Amino acid sequence: MSSTGDVVRAAKQTGNLSALVEAIPYFRFLGISVETVSGQLVGKMAYSDPLIGNASLPALHGGAIGALLESTAILQALWASETVVLPKIVTITIDFLRSARPVDTFAKGTFTKQGRRVVNVCVDAWQESRERPIARANAIFLVEIVDEIGER
Amino acid sequence: MSRQSNEPAQGADSERMARLVENIARFVPHNRALGVRFVSLTAGRVTLALPYDEKLVGNPLTGVVHGGAITALLDAACGLAVLVKLGKPIPVATLDLRIDYLRPATPQKEVHACAECFRVTQNVAFVRCDAFHADGEKEFVAVANGTFILFRRQTRAGADEAP
Repeated sequence: MSSTGDVVRAAKQTGNLSALVEAIPYFRFLGISVETVSGQLVGKMAYSDPLIGNASLPALHGGAIGALLESTAILQALWASETVVLPKIVTITIDFLRSARPVDTFAKGTFTKQGRRVVNVCVDAWQESRERPIARANAIFLVEIVDEIGER
Repeated sequence: MSRQSNEPAQGADSERMARLVENIARFVPHNRALGVRFVSLTAGRVTLALPYDEKLVGNPLTGVVHGGAITALLDAACGLAVLVKLGKPIPVATLDLRIDYLRPATPQKEVHACAECFRVTQNVAFVRCDAFHADGEKEFVAVANGTFILFRRQTRAGADEAP
């Protein structure tokens, strides 16, 4: 890949973020893919045994759920904002609402607010039914190009 | 619960708790997949490590590990800190976790997470956790605050301590 910006521009033009998602090793590791359903971006984490956090229930690891929420939020921020640079995450607050069963998990983000430098994204994750979310997160991203978040 | 169980375990108890925490950390499939390793249990603080691995990279251009992997590490360390505070392995579940990413993790460097449970009530445990590079000067990567719900067993008929 020549640059993330090129991949993002191409993805936005074709309406297909798959090439970008496939270029990110951590998404492959978790089994995260993305699809656009009537113009809306939905992230999917396919079930696999390494996602288990509690083997006796069994339930998915909270960290894996958090990762899906965060990943979907990033893709939403990238997809719906003007930026072609991978947004930098500043803060994420995750509410775990229900135990996550060992099945495929989906997530969808919506903008709470989009500013010039900061975007706030709210993401829901669900399994069988969107009416019964298993987790919800609020994530804050910097979309401006900065050298180091920590140095500001 | 008795006040005594709120104190960090001492001596042999501490060693036994360290082995217990190490085994739980190792037993969790997602921890194993991430490569999470138990480092220490000192004065009630649980430290885990996430070795650098190409498969965890979130930005292929910079080689920086994805925030989600750090989230999983922090969540794992926080959960174990709750068990340490309780002094026994009762089931707990994350209610909420807030993570501030202070700076991107440096590629090739291991990330450590040190968690401490600073308050438990009948139903809820409160935890904070730091993620940092431990080699050389301690460099903070993220800080987290979490709350956990406790699933205590029934103590007598009709009196369920669970929520």
